[in-house]
Amino acid sequence: MTAQKSTSPDSYDKAFSLINPIDIPWVDALRRSAFKKFQELGLPTQRRGNEPWKYTDIRKLAKHEFQPVLEHKTVSDQVVRDHSIIAGPSHLAVFIDGTFSPSHSSVNDLPKGANFSSLASAFHSQDILVEDKISRYSGYKAEAFTALNTAFIEDGAIITLTAGTVVKAPIHLLFITTSHKHEVAIHPRIFVHLEESSSASIIESHTGIQGNVYLSNAVAELLIDSNARLNYYKLQRHPTNAFHITNTEAIVNRDGYFSCVNIDLGGDIVRNNLNTRMAGEGASTKLNGLYLTTDKQHVDNQVIIEHIKGNTRARELYKGILDGQSRSVFHGSIIVREGASGVDAYQVDKNLLLSNQAEADTKPAFWVYTDDVKCGHGAACGQIDDDAVFYLRSRGLDEITARQLLIHGFIAEVIDSIENPDLRDHVSDLVHSKLEQWLLV
Amino acid sequence: MALLEIENLHAGIGEIEILKGVSLSVQKGEVHAIMGPNGSGKSTLAHVLAGHTAYTIFEGSINFDGSTLLEMLPEFRARAGLFLSFQHPVEISGVRFDQFLRASYNSIRKSQNEPELDPIQFNKVLKDKLGQFEIDPAFIQRNVNEGFSGGEKKRMEIFQMALLEPKLAILDETDSGLDVDALREVANGINNFRNPDHAIVLVTHYQRILNYLTPDFVHVLMDGRIVKSGNADLARQIEEHGYDDFLEISRTNEK
Ligand SMILES: Nc1ncnc2c1ncn2[C@@H]1O[C@H](COP(=O)(O)OP(=O)(O)OP(=O)(O)O)[C@@H](O)[C@H]1O
Ligand SMILES: [Mg+2]
Repeated sequence: MTAQKSTSPDSYDKAFSLINPIDIPWVDALRRSAFKKFQELGLPTQRRGNEPWKYTDIRKLAKHEFQPVLEHKTVSDQVVRDHSIIAGPSHLAVFIDGTFSPSHSSVNDLPKGANFSSLASAFHSQDILVEDKISRYSGYKAEAFTALNTAFIEDGAIITLTAGTVVKAPIHLLFITTSHKHEVAIHPRIFVHLEESSSASIIESHTGIQGNVYLSNAVAELLIDSNARLNYYKLQRHPTNAFHITNTEAIVNRDGYFSCVNIDLGGDIVRNNLNTRMAGEGASTKLNGLYLTTDKQHVDNQVIIEHIKGNTRARELYKGILDGQSRSVFHGSIIVREGASGVDAYQVDKNLLLSNQAEADTKPAFWVYTDDVKCGHGAACGQIDDDAVFYLRSRGLDEITARQLLIHGFIAEVIDSIENPDLRDHVSDLVHSKLEQWLLV
Repeated sequence: MALLEIENLHAGIGEIEILKGVSLSVQKGEVHAIMGPNGSGKSTLAHVLAGHTAYTIFEGSINFDGSTLLEMLPEFRARAGLFLSFQHPVEISGVRFDQFLRASYNSIRKSQNEPELDPIQFNKVLKDKLGQFEIDPAFIQRNVNEGFSGGEKKRMEIFQMALLEPKLAILDETDSGLDVDALREVANGINNFRNPDHAIVLVTHYQRILNYLTPDFVHVLMDGRIVKSGNADLARQIEEHGYDDFLEISRTNEK
């Protein structure tokens, strides 16, 4: 057995020296600058005075020496189908171990005005837009995992819609991580720009093949221009020994709309930072989340909504079902900047505990620097209501069916918030079969 | 043989005895009313019959349609034809009435080796039954009891009884909190259900429901015991004089 390493970013020096070089000066400079920043910041492992990570201890993650993926693997169509979500029409972009796989993908059929490009090919086509936009919105100077992602930037997805373009079928970004001899880290990078009055649905799904431990560390920058609409879905179902960190940055301009449904069904330690900036009058956002955790899984959602402009509206509903000794954290912060009057914001986190050893920490916070706002929050944490179970059983339902029905009822609101019917059915099935396993033990 | 035979039932919560020796025999086709002051143990009796797991059984036996009821799980009691209309029906968020009712209906059919109904077949059954009630069909699409008024919940309980067609219906204060129209509707529902194969145990505080449906027997439950049984006249007597007349009997029983 190897001795456990202390928590130091030094272990990433070797990894950084191993990455595939990119011969484009600005990319190289960005990587180096981000890596320097990462070294300064270090992984946020401190247990004291580290408010944003107070309830999420990542020392376990920090002990691993994750390496870049050097040996590129292929997967069969069957594997892709097994991990894919959508039964109905979609534009699929598959990434194997972080690298775009054109042979598995079907993004050529996007309507006029919509463009998909892998980040790697965009780098090489000297796309000026990429240089201009990448990393402009995600703050790698302050967030260690974003810095790490930026330092190891290599591939990902760039999606742009010109003004007025409407993409009906969802664009599905499927990130599959395979098992490697070494413990690997992948750093998917997503950039989305919806120009004025355009609209799209995008699914960012992360999954992997059971095997060695890995780190999936994704960063997404979502830019929504005025009057544009983005329905964004994040679905994570890694094996339970994988670490998953996401930093999602959305900017919603005047009268724009951004909805996000964040679903975590797998992973060991999972942390989602979701920052939404309401940058234009009349912008609105709907953020929903669902997490199912068991054993020693840990899911942490940090959701920040910053109302920079007035008359902006936010609705936030997260729900969790916790079994085993699992733990969830929800920190919702709503910031209303000076002069942003007429803001209407509401956040709710509710948890259902199926075991006495599970624990949910919920902390809604408001930072309001203006008058004339409507803000509210709700939180609840409890077990299945025995009287409700009895009511259903007294009507002939067996106990497991009764419990299942109640649990499904508990999360129905979040499932129903998935507008795409194929995805909704798929998520509902996934949740169903997971709960069935739990309840039968 | 009686459909329901309760013998010397002692039951309660934890160590506390609430029912202190209840015996009751109900034949097919009969309507029994149980009256009694608040806290006398009426709902406890109803819950124990339906199999609520929170109660302790200290002593006694219950036979239902040839089976030893106390050994059966609540769902098996329901499938065997026992129905409880709750005094306080539970609100269940995220579960629609039609979804719940189909699960319930099918669980009972399945136990009788009858094929389960798919949503389309079941909706037809539902529509037929709804026609017999003045229930807004939109209610069926709402979450179970969620946001329903007290009276609406009670009407839905009777609707469920009509749908599931149990052998024995225990109605715990289904008449409380109803306006005149709802009371008439509920009473009609019960009367339509009443037939020589069905039995009803009706827990009530009021004579007024009994104006619509004459009970064969009225029992007075006080402090966990049936202190007096009689016919419909007994209910009228209680309406007029309250329970004072029975205090004496209740005290004598204590010793
Ligand atoms: N969970 C419990 N813990 C302790 N005492 C209980 C519990 N449930 C019921 N009781 C007590 O048992 C007694 C009988 O209650 P029950 O609900 O059966 O009365 P009831 O006759 O139905 O009254 P009401 O007419 O008000 O509905 C009451 O004194 C009540 O406080
Ligand atoms: Mg009662």
